[in-house]
Amino acid sequence: MIRFRLNGKEVAAEAPPAERLSLTLRERLGKTGTKVGCDAGDCGACTVLVDGWATCACLTPLARVEGREVTTVEAETPVLTRLRAAFLAEGAAQCGICTPGMLMAAAELLERRPQPDEAMVRQALGGVLCRCTGYARIVAAVVAAGQGVAAPEAPAAGRAVGAALPRLDGAAKVAGDLFGDDVVPAGALVVKAIRSPHPHAAFRLGDLAGFAARPGVAAVFTAADIPGRNAFSVIPPFADQPAIAASPARFRGECVALVAFEPGAETDLSDFPVEWHPLPALHSPAEAEAEDAPLIHPNRPGNLLIEGRVRRGDAAAALAASAHVVEGSFATAFVEHAYIEPEAGAAWLEGDTLVIRACTQAPGMDREETAAILGLPVDRLRIIPSAVGGGFGSKLDVSLQPLIGLVALKTGRPARMAYTRGESMASTTKRHPAGMRGRIGCDATGRITGMEFEGRFDTGAYSSWGPTVANRVPVHVSGPYRTPAIHARARAVHTHGPVSGAFRGFGVPQAALWQEVLYDRLAGKAGIDRLEFRILNALRDGDTSPTGNALQAVGIGPCLEALRPSWRRGLAWAQEGKGRGIGVASCWYGCGNTALPNPSTIRIGITHAGEVVLHQGATDIGQGSNTVIPQIAADALGLPVGALRLVGPDTALTPDAGKTSASRQTYVTGRAAQKAALALRAAVLRLANAGEGSVLTPAPGRLLVTEGTIRREIDLRALPADPRGYALSAEESYDPPTRPLDADGQGIPYAVYGYGAQLVELEVDPALGTVRLHRITAAHDLGRVINPLLARGQIEGGIAQGIGMALMEEYLPGRTENLHDYLIPTTGDVPPIDPILIEIPDPEGPFGAKGLGEHVLIPTAPAILNAIRHATGAEIARTPALPHRILAAMEGRE
Amino acid sequence: MDYLRPDSLEQALAAAAGGARVLAGGTDLYPLAGPRLKGPVMDLAALPGITGIAEGPEGLRIGACTSWTAIAEASLPPATRALQQAALQVGGRQVQNAGTIGGNLCNASPAADGVPPLLVLGAKVELASATGTRLLALEDFLLGPRRVDLRPGELLAAVLLPRAGLAGVSAFGKLGARAHLVISIASAAVRLEVSGGRIEAAAVAVGACSPVPRRLPSVEAALCGPVEGAAARVDPAAVAAALAPIDDVRASAAYRLRAAAELVRRAVEAAL
Repeated sequence: MIRFRLNGKEVAAEAPPAERLSLTLRERLGKTGTKVGCDAGDCGACTVLVDGWATCACLTPLARVEGREVTTVEAETPVLTRLRAAFLAEGAAQCGICTPGMLMAAAELLERRPQPDEAMVRQALGGVLCRCTGYARIVAAVVAAGQGVAAPEAPAAGRAVGAALPRLDGAAKVAGDLFGDDVVPAGALVVKAIRSPHPHAAFRLGDLAGFAARPGVAAVFTAADIPGRNAFSVIPPFADQPAIAASPARFRGECVALVAFEPGAETDLSDFPVEWHPLPALHSPAEAEAEDAPLIHPNRPGNLLIEGRVRRGDAAAALAASAHVVEGSFATAFVEHAYIEPEAGAAWLEGDTLVIRACTQAPGMDREETAAILGLPVDRLRIIPSAVGGGFGSKLDVSLQPLIGLVALKTGRPARMAYTRGESMASTTKRHPAGMRGRIGCDATGRITGMEFEGRFDTGAYSSWGPTVANRVPVHVSGPYRTPAIHARARAVHTHGPVSGAFRGFGVPQAALWQEVLYDRLAGKAGIDRLEFRILNALRDGDTSPTGNALQAVGIGPCLEALRPSWRRGLAWAQEGKGRGIGVASCWYGCGNTALPNPSTIRIGITHAGEVVLHQGATDIGQGSNTVIPQIAADALGLPVGALRLVGPDTALTPDAGKTSASRQTYVTGRAAQKAALALRAAVLRLANAGEGSVLTPAPGRLLVTEGTIRREIDLRALPADPRGYALSAEESYDPPTRPLDADGQGIPYAVYGYGAQLVELEVDPALGTVRLHRITAAHDLGRVINPLLARGQIEGGIAQGIGMALMEEYLPGRTENLHDYLIPTTGDVPPIDPILIEIPDPEGPFGAKGLGEHVLIPTAPAILNAIRHATGAEIARTPALPHRILAAMEGRE
Repeated sequence: MDYLRPDSLEQALAAAAGGARVLAGGTDLYPLAGPRLKGPVMDLAALPGITGIAEGPEGLRIGACTSWTAIAEASLPPATRALQQAALQVGGRQVQNAGTIGGNLCNASPAADGVPPLLVLGAKVELASATGTRLLALEDFLLGPRRVDLRPGELLAAVLLPRAGLAGVSAFGKLGARAHLVISIASAAVRLEVSGGRIEAAAVAVGACSPVPRRLPSVEAALCGPVEGAAARVDPAAVAAALAPIDDVRASAAYRLRAAAELVRRAVEAAL
């Protein structure tokens, strides 16, 4: 028995002395606020204080804290109270998974230095990784906590849209929210996967019954146990990925068997009976497209998953007639999402309904895919998304849902699973590596004449979002510039690499690296300032896109023009010192699915007791839909946002609001919320026989409707329950009006686009090739800013991911499957960011709003490379631009 | 018993002789442990004299389990500035609070940030065993990646900084692909003894560019002379000749050699 003080109280734990303190806290003492992100001291999520010292609980033996004071995020101390308030007010928590670690690291600092400056804060928090925020709000919050924080005021009715409202789900985030591994049914079996150590291997399973009979082992499952269709894909016609593979395994990390252990048993898989026979693997699209290459999927000749195409005008002729033409190629790496929460969840049976609570971005898709795999009708499966500790696209695909579902279904017992960091990195999706080449031309005045583009994307072993990437890239590869003639093709090619899927931007960030770097060279050839070249060519209202549709509410011109003062200042700054440079790049990005239906449905009800309930099914993975959707609904309804009670997301309680992807929630679900709120308001006004300008006031059992001096009252208790069980309710759907693309990619892929442009100022060390980012100015057109605090957080966080992609991130299977070899930016790697929020309202968006989530990442990496070229002359044609590659490029060796 | 917490050296040496794995800060042991750290494990934290910095007639004695934070925050002579700078760059704050100088040495990573500063201080290691104490120069203790000259039954008890090495000024620099929590691409430490405008003695060590961090005697010799122009006397060819880096995910070998020379040059400037 090991005794210590935990948050001021004596506790005792009966546990092995060498047990990780993080495990003791979470599993034995119920303190799940301490999060586990890596079990290796690489991420800092599990930071606790031991006698006041910030320590990774995953590296601390329980015995070490005997007789000492351990402080976790569950503690109530004056410093933590101040920090929590500041984190809320500054928008420092997005997904919330790193928040406990950040709070505790900050608490150590504030206990020692009550009023730290920014540099001290950045140093003190350097050991905690955050993938969402870009750190700026966190650092600002800790500085503010030292200064004393003023709580923001709640906006009045009708004033929620546009208000910098702190996250409505923020209190849970700063207390240690409940993520996938934080709610565990009693007696849950612990599920572990056997995974392929090879990119391509046949395997033979041995004495499974013998293994299953071992003490502590409850059951073993293989592909043979899958009751339904053992093939899934986020795009059902492409379903090809087994939940549990039968031989052969097609990528390193693929699951080939499951072991369910009794709770508390040693989860030792070291002598699981499996024999591996490695087979030759296709490591790159070039190998996969070679004439004699074996087929990874027999029904996909040439290992081609799909090719996306856009053809408009005669690009070859346009280029031939151009005054200036530039040609170039660009290559990108696998990029890992590196959310701090590895996949985790639990499954159990309620009657004959299988319930799966796990981290996800897409409860509706999880339900359909998992039901198909498990051979269940969808109405016997309920998906409850946990708080999600970052997703960025990868948690759109099912991971452990079918696995824990299978165990619960087969054993009748609850089952839980949490991926290790290595497992998460090896087995889940990545950003597609891209090999891109082509030409762009302009006339003598600098106007773009035409573009030819060919991209080859390594889509890995299974389809996932490969089709989406192949379709999105040609549609976006022109960038937000008038391009009269274009011929663009993008192929998604199978290899035995990790499954490439969705990652913030679906291939568009890769394409932007090719096109924006070339535009700089084209501007140079035309003798035009790089920013002015982009302004000259910027799409304007009424222009036709490469897919042949007339555009409205085009915000790129205003975004670029808003950068002019910073550009002038930046040019002057760059001239003052050696090795300094500035770069600019743009983005445009269609919100929602590409030319495919993607409706969202929102329900709002008023109970007989007078409570207004918003059924909000859009999964909030940190981006803010739990706040933004209520803001939209509240203003459309005419109630203060605080009057709404949020329900969901939960497939049993919320209508389908689609997936959190494609920058669609604010726009698509927001529009559905607006429609539902307006419909409910109209119903109320009709019932009260009141006019449009009436003020609604909910009260116990009643709804007051005031119109000038006339006051009416709806007696809610007297109303019959409607089919949804409410006194009054409305449910509305919105589906963006798109039109399918033809063979030349002509159609209406999106109803709404968002736009942005970023300016990077940096210094390159002439001897080391290292980059010091000085400042980034980010102008983004949001149509209508629903919440400037959250918008800023999206911009800063997206830029941080762009910095990582540009300068340090490269996933190498088997080599960088951890967070110390795979590097993401830390507090010291993100410079000051100045957001400029532009509002060019789109008639399709709720209150004019457009999407933002992915846009923010797209311009960052190319703007960095353009600034490096400006600073040094180095033309980088490959990311990440690691110091040795930059130095080589500076010397013309690469 | 799978977990031992000896409170006397005798007990600890007996356990060491029995083959128990030594747990100091845990920052290298736990990441490799899988779901559970398996025993037998000997936790040194309760051992008298195993933590803390003491000054004696011979110089400084740093207990093997002294944390990097304790080293960074201690009041020490200017010659140890490189060591204190390195202490603030070993992992993040959490790892600095838990990780120990002895653990860093026994882990014997080619990129261990603690090693170059200790090499330029002429550090020795104090190895205790049932048969007595062995003193070894740090260079001789570090044999190769993950290999040290620690005999069965021996424990690293302390790091000794002899008085002779505590003269002068020093600086440390490391290069990584990000700001915090980063394994060095290359690192360098320099200690200089300056008198009357002249560098009378120089010590230079480079990390992450050879199987174990190395001193660079020819570079040291060239540094001796006028303070003026000292950094310019760092000859990249001489730096390269002393090292044997590898290509890996962090950088190419060729780049490491150039970076090492540059880091040495900058450390010379920073020390002066």
